[in-house]
Amino acid sequence: MRNIRSTVLFSVTCLAYVVLVNVKAHSVTPEKAPSHAPAASAARIERGAHLVRTMGCNDCHTPWKAGPHGPEPDMSRALTGHPADLVMPAPPALPPGPWTWVAAGTNTAFAGPWGVSFTANLTPDPDTGLGKWTEETFIQTMKTGRHEGKGRKLLPPMPYPIIGALGDEDIRSLFAYLQSLPPVKNRVPQPIDPPEAK
Amino acid sequence: MNRHGLRAGIIVGAAALAIAVTGASRPALMALERIDIRPPARLSETGLYLPGNVGIVDQRNRLFSPQYPLWSDGATKIRWVYIPPNTVIDTGNDAAWEFPVGTRFWKEFSFNSRKVETRMLWKATATQWVAVSYMWNEAQTDAVLASDRGEPGVATISGSRQHSIPSASDCLTCHGAKRTEPLGFNPLQLSTDRDPNAIHGEPLAPGMLTIRTLVGEHLLSPQRTDLVDAPPRIRTSSADTRTMLGYFTTNCGSCHRGDGEMAVQVPSLRYSDVMHDGDAAALRLVGRRTDWQVPSQDGNSVLIDPVTPDRSAMLYRMRSRSPSSQMPPLGTVVRDQAAVDALTRWIAGLPRTSRQESLEVRHHVLRVILRAVNER
Repeated sequence: MRNIRSTVLFSVTCLAYVVLVNVKAHSVTPEKAPSHAPAASAARIERGAHLVRTMGCNDCHTPWKAGPHGPEPDMSRALTGHPADLVMPAPPALPPGPWTWVAAGTNTAFAGPWGVSFTANLTPDPDTGLGKWTEETFIQTMKTGRHEGKGRKLLPPMPYPIIGALGDEDIRSLFAYLQSLPPVKNRVPQPIDPPEAK
Repeated sequence: MNRHGLRAGIIVGAAALAIAVTGASRPALMALERIDIRPPARLSETGLYLPGNVGIVDQRNRLFSPQYPLWSDGATKIRWVYIPPNTVIDTGNDAAWEFPVGTRFWKEFSFNSRKVETRMLWKATATQWVAVSYMWNEAQTDAVLASDRGEPGVATISGSRQHSIPSASDCLTCHGAKRTEPLGFNPLQLSTDRDPNAIHGEPLAPGMLTIRTLVGEHLLSPQRTDLVDAPPRIRTSSADTRTMLGYFTTNCGSCHRGDGEMAVQVPSLRYSDVMHDGDAAALRLVGRRTDWQVPSQDGNSVLIDPVTPDRSAMLYRMRSRSPSSQMPPLGTVVRDQAAVDALTRWIAGLPRTSRQESLEVRHHVLRVILRAVNER
């Protein structure tokens, strides 16, 4: 009886939570950046914004859409990564030959010999983005090419060697800018492994 | 700079570069620092062997064998340590022994009875460790310094699986960039109260260093007779839990140590955090939610699911040797089947308590609600 009551109470709490989360997720009001973001100067943030613009971060971390002049990044979803609601089917089987990988029209999902990779949500959402990351973790990730600086390898086409070759100050600026963005809740799928080699 | 990276191949571990940053609330930043300390070009020049006698180990270099060895795809491993004369290991903090300058560790890896690489961890200065690997030549007469980018495919393990010498940054991924440490040389690993069921446990040969010999030879400061009187062990109510946690401390605990972003996903599995109450440490894994999702499974996965073991993220990832899923994520390309079997048995032996059943019901309710909201 106690268990049933506890479960009912839990369900009501869950429902309330889910409603709140959904209302919040659909809000267009920018939220305050989480406290994990280090206080950064305007100059540092501007430097980071410049690097993001010029190094092509939006090419993959912002979903692309068909615009009046051709494909263009959908800046209303800037740097939010592969959209969670865009569930990708299994990638097409490619015939033998030089075509070895394919990309989604959003340019946020890629399939190749490494499996399927999805671009990350770079906004500071604490649950689905970089909200819990520290500056140090970000630097180590770019330098080592490993997730969170020590996990799995980052997957193609992420050009981490180029970013890792920036000086620490520039990588800090990148992080400062990303942490200054409004957090957007968008849970990107985890990578899909290729068939395991024998 | 030649292929073997005489200069760039130097990894300065412990290279904690504290960068003064503005703002009182900002922590000092740590980064890898590369300075020009040149390790010897050949293994024969590192002091492991007697001069001119590759293969004849200098007796000042002492053998040791951690009770819970790291899985290295079945490699045969031999380990030595050199502690300079008239120096001691500072054991003031059991979670972080401090080694004297000049300390060197070597670990030799062999596959199919052929030496493949010998790694060296050398405390070159008070704050700097050099971590390098030497690749054995075909004739097995010496080994040369490997590239700091690693050396792929240096030996066939089985089928298409090949052993690679890790890159410099991968060395520090496990041994630590902020504070480099030898991983198999600590109170638990050198305890005389060895776990007879340790997975891939190796016999203790005569002359190998243990806590007892370190104390007996006055190599610890402060002297730690307490570690002889009460040898360190993982205290649990079951032998299986002790063995499983021992495996985790070695194979998981160098990264999952209760700090950083990973602490949210996995509680600390560092030896010093699990020794005194192993049962509690094991319980923290059971039912613990993780963002990593077992493929084709609805909702969040948990680290250990005693109700449906195959839904356990830890089991799935230990089975996997696919790059995005496998755990550990580096240093191995072959599944440790003995460990997978042990973990499977351990999970099956966990009590299916009413609390877990209750959790299962709650997870189901949550999934139904989420599905309804998503379909709205």
